Amino acid sequence: MIVRSKRRGLVAVLAVALLLVAVLGMVAVGCGGNNVAAGSTTTAAASTSTTGTSTSVGATTTSAVGLKAELNGAGATFPQPVYVEWIGAFQQIQPDVKINYQGVGSGAGIQQFTQQTVDFGASDAFMKPDEITAAEAARAGAKVIHIPTVFGAIVLAYNLPGVEGLKLDSDAVANIFLGKITKWDDPAIKALNPDAKLPSTAIQTVHRSDSSGTTNAFTSYLAAVNADWKAGPGAGKEIKWTGGVGGKGNDGVAAVVKQTEGAIGYVELAYATQNKMTMADVKNKSGKFITPSLESTSAAAEGIQIPEDMNLLPLVSDSANPQAYPIVTSTYVLAYDKMPDAGKAAALKAFLTWALGDDGTAIATQLGYAPLPSALKDAALQKVALIGS
Amino acid sequence: MGPSDSSSSILSADRWKRKGAGRGADSLFAFLAGGCGVLVLLALAYMVISTTRTALPAFRAEGLSFVTGSNWDPSNGSYQILPFIYGTVVTSVIALILAVPMSVGVALFLTEYAPKWLRAPIEYAVDLLAAVPSVVYGLWGLWVVLPYVLRPVSDFLARYLGFVPIFAGPSTGLSYFAAGIILSIMITPIITSLSREIFRSVPSADRHAAYALGATRWEMIKEAVLPRSRGGVVGATMLGLGRALGETIVVAMLIGNNPVINLSIFKPGGSIAGAIANGWGEATGIQISALVGAGVVLFVITIIVNMVARAIVYRFNRA
Repeated sequence: MIVRSKRRGLVAVLAVALLLVAVLGMVAVGCGGNNVAAGSTTTAAASTSTTGTSTSVGATTTSAVGLKAELNGAGATFPQPVYVEWIGAFQQIQPDVKINYQGVGSGAGIQQFTQQTVDFGASDAFMKPDEITAAEAARAGAKVIHIPTVFGAIVLAYNLPGVEGLKLDSDAVANIFLGKITKWDDPAIKALNPDAKLPSTAIQTVHRSDSSGTTNAFTSYLAAVNADWKAGPGAGKEIKWTGGVGGKGNDGVAAVVKQTEGAIGYVELAYATQNKMTMADVKNKSGKFITPSLESTSAAAEGIQIPEDMNLLPLVSDSANPQAYPIVTSTYVLAYDKMPDAGKAAALKAFLTWALGDDGTAIATQLGYAPLPSALKDAALQKVALIGS
Repeated sequence: MGPSDSSSSILSADRWKRKGAGRGADSLFAFLAGGCGVLVLLALAYMVISTTRTALPAFRAEGLSFVTGSNWDPSNGSYQILPFIYGTVVTSVIALILAVPMSVGVALFLTEYAPKWLRAPIEYAVDLLAAVPSVVYGLWGLWVVLPYVLRPVSDFLARYLGFVPIFAGPSTGLSYFAAGIILSIMITPIITSLSREIFRSVPSADRHAAYALGATRWEMIKEAVLPRSRGGVVGATMLGLGRALGETIVVAMLIGNNPVINLSIFKPGGSIAGAIANGWGEATGIQISALVGAGVVLFVITIIVNMVARAIVYRFNRA
């Protein structure tokens, strides 16, 4: 191409100007990202500098009758598929309510909620006392409410051709992941599965490498039922494993389990069902071997003494209900009882009430999430009713 | 746009008739170009300062053991990243050992051996490899290469070379080796295309001189092409190494993410960038500063690698 020479100078200047704009943009983005990160380390003090970035976008203060608001939420990735479906279905009922949900992880969700950059947060784990203090300090006079939405189960998926319906108890699971049981024909496993033909294949354990609520639920269960586990690796979203390999995400764990004979890993029930993975039955508190399913997951929350603060994990994990699968976890929406904008408060209230109702439950079940049992649902709805302005 | 038409337009008389016509644009351009240069420096400085400041709580809590200790245990508040540093370096070294000979070979084939009709398709294919997103490499590695290629190879090596500590079995599939192999495929295009340009830039007078002295083609490459290109190839290698050190998602998917130091390359380990990607979403409090701190350490490693590379290139160019 031959450009007239005078033109060429102009083109060069334009190109450089464009580049400059691009670099400026990148620097600006960098600044924004940094503010969030820096603020999070200094917890409550950050709220002064980071407010007002995304909350009051399109909302107008209307009365509670005609719902019209834009809600922003962020947090856990585990319930993200069902939240997204709920939001889509709710929008057809209330077209003027716009809800955005970002699956950024429970930790980041709690941070954004505390920094007031979202209208509601979402977390698999119940907020820690200091996190609640920080969140309530960030909005004077408001209380943090935990609203349970769905339950999930963590299943043990394994790859052992010819062995179906493997039965495990809590000690066997703990010892396998502690590296104390290294072969499939170990006497401890044989005793639980007298009829199965167990090979002498070496056991390869697979865990989640990314920090996750699934790991937290699994290790919390093990720490509650096994003293060695409690004294050793302990419970958390990311722990120090004594061996095995880490796959990234449910699919990373699934890949290794499917490819490796003798592998065993933990994944979410919904994921394992969709991918037709072989799952082990686990012995519950009453001594029954329970096959993981939506019913046996929901059963974990049946007949429990519902706590005032809704901290359910200690109760549903290794539930006393004889029909319950033992490794179960809850997930929460985090909200304040006082929201600065009445329109938003009404919209969030309507959305959560609908999601916990029959329509929401049907969607959740379809996606492989275990719904709340009715007593707990009523208690959760009472919590939703506290949201106001 | 060949050199002939550009010189004719610059030298043509009426281009310069109006005195000072380009002056305004000239100073504007100088200002913009200078501004770009300064902005890059500012952005870098800002990044270094802000990340270091965010990482300070972790540096303070752990002291020097942040980089020299190997106990990474977030649920008990211990943040020591030596296993990640080790894994980052080991996977990158594996990648380089495989990618450099391969890339130099491909580049030499393209410049010295390949018939003209074959050159363009191969160059195109190599460039295309660079355009594949890394998450695709990761998935391909995890679901295809790992079960059908890497696992048999590592099982074989572990069985027959297992007495050497770095090849000790049994192999776990996800490992330094798996991550290193896929990384090597990812950094091959960049090293290849840079080396190709470097080999091409060797003056043909040198080649002809070598032939005139009776050199075979291989002797010509050895005596004329390679000595002149050494510095450039080292530079290309270092760019590849930079990519390997910073690669995140592929390593996180394939290294097996266990924060331990395993001597055997068939065992799982961790990497700095992978640890950040794995832990970031759920991190709170001091874990955030520890992860940012790991990023700062990676940054320092990259700077050291670049400085060493520059020193090497400088020495080769003087020799």
